[in-house]
Amino acid sequence: MGIIKAFKLGFDYLKYDEDGNVQDTQRAVDDVNLDIEAGEFVAILGHNGSGKSTLAKHLNALLLPSEGTLWIDGTATDEEPELWKLRQKAGMVFQNPDNQIIGTVVEEDVGFGPENMGVPTEKIWKRVDESLQKVGMTAYRHHSPNKLSGGQKQRVAIAGIMAMRPKCIVLDEPTAMLDPNGRREVLKAVRELNQQENVTVILITHYMEEVIHADKVYVMDEGKIVMQGTPKEIFSQVDTLKKYRLDVPQVTLLAHELRKSGVDIPEGILTTEELVSALCR
Amino acid sequence: MLRDITLGQYYPANSVLHKLDPRTKLAGTMVFIISVFLFHTLPGYAVATLFLAAMIAVSKVPVKFMFKGLKAIVMILMITVVFNMILTPGEVLWKLGFLKVTREGVQLAVRMAIRLTYLVIGSSIMTLTTTPNQLTDGLEKALRPLNKIHVPVHEISMMMSIALRFIPILLEETDKIMKAQIARGADFENGNLIQKAKNMVPLLVPLFISAFRRANDLAMAMEARCYHGGEDRTQMKPLKYAAWDRAAYGILAAYLAVAIAFRVAGI
Repeated sequence: MGIIKAFKLGFDYLKYDEDGNVQDTQRAVDDVNLDIEAGEFVAILGHNGSGKSTLAKHLNALLLPSEGTLWIDGTATDEEPELWKLRQKAGMVFQNPDNQIIGTVVEEDVGFGPENMGVPTEKIWKRVDESLQKVGMTAYRHHSPNKLSGGQKQRVAIAGIMAMRPKCIVLDEPTAMLDPNGRREVLKAVRELNQQENVTVILITHYMEEVIHADKVYVMDEGKIVMQGTPKEIFSQVDTLKKYRLDVPQVTLLAHELRKSGVDIPEGILTTEELVSALCR
Repeated sequence: MLRDITLGQYYPANSVLHKLDPRTKLAGTMVFIISVFLFHTLPGYAVATLFLAAMIAVSKVPVKFMFKGLKAIVMILMITVVFNMILTPGEVLWKLGFLKVTREGVQLAVRMAIRLTYLVIGSSIMTLTTTPNQLTDGLEKALRPLNKIHVPVHEISMMMSIALRFIPILLEETDKIMKAQIARGADFENGNLIQKAKNMVPLLVPLFISAFRRANDLAMAMEARCYHGGEDRTQMKPLKYAAWDRAAYGILAAYLAVAIAFRVAGI
């Protein structure tokens, strides 16, 4: 069994009327099966309202399933009385960098997680030093988070999660509010964590460019997982992706159009270099 | 820009007072306030002045910052002085119509003026040398015994420090909403007081909505980072008394003893 496993996971948002009776239910996650191995880089794609953020909140036990089961490192989320112990294993980075930084100084914010876990003081300092190092924010440790750029804030947030030494980090659209530079910064940090520290990464996004380095991609639509496979397998199905209102990277689209008009190149080209070598063959 | 606003009035410097534990400074301020009320004669006030001057010198904060706080209480100070002078019965010095200035009145007025001024300067020394965060930490630790009577000390101090962190963010947001509403034709400048207050509605409603949304996000982010209240929580920067603090407590005890001795001896 992988580090995160979901079996027939379902979740309903309930809408209450004025008397507190359930008026309406909306299925946000429907019959989702997942099995994520430790050390993998997994991307979950979907357009707005596809249920990907709701699914993300399950991976961190912020929401508990209405149906089915979700296991984090072998423990079912609805059977653990102290949920914060699960949250330590699967850290979560949110979309808005301002709303997830608690400390007034960068290093204090990174120390917040370990403080909550009851780590002794000297060890907190060690963890904070290491985590800031890993995301390249050591130079800013005494700064106020308010004066950092979006990408820097998001890296501080990632350091804050890393200081909890999680086995897995879930990033819920971490780059949606950032400019292209900030986006690159954050993705680079995430990829390095995955490769060097062997942390399992689950990246939730609707930017196609961000998933080309993933080991595995899941595509969600209307609460269901509708496609899964390697980035190459996913991106070779340009027309299916369009049906789910997702755009493929420009290079892939160009290659797809060239192929349609008769140029002999393979499907599923992800980078400019690949296209160049395919064309020069 | 709004984001450069500094909260409180912390003046960064590298002095012994800055390095002291916030609890020591809180205790020191309390002792000083008590002493100001214990002293009631000229030699007594001389001792208090000496102590205050020494503290200002040690703090390395420019003197003008100390007196800034006084601006806020000038009105109160004037009213206190005038009323004390004319309303205290006793030996009449001057008489103007029904107003009588008495010797006792003048004495009392001077005493009150000195007390109020010293109170403000004394507490300014604390706020100028302590960051709001240190102050919150100090209060949390100093008030911890109240936990026994079910005062949620940790929660209160957590709320205070979160408020401190979000004030600049919300100020920035106010600025943004204000500009957005001005671009849509809102008018925040003209009209009388009631109109102005009404004009604030398109500013306040979005601000409140956004503040609630932020609170919700933050609560979730805190939960995701294992926050589960003050139990079993450790601290990254725990407050510890150092040699400075023990020395400071010694000086405070001596000072308080002098103040009590003066009062008992009636000097």
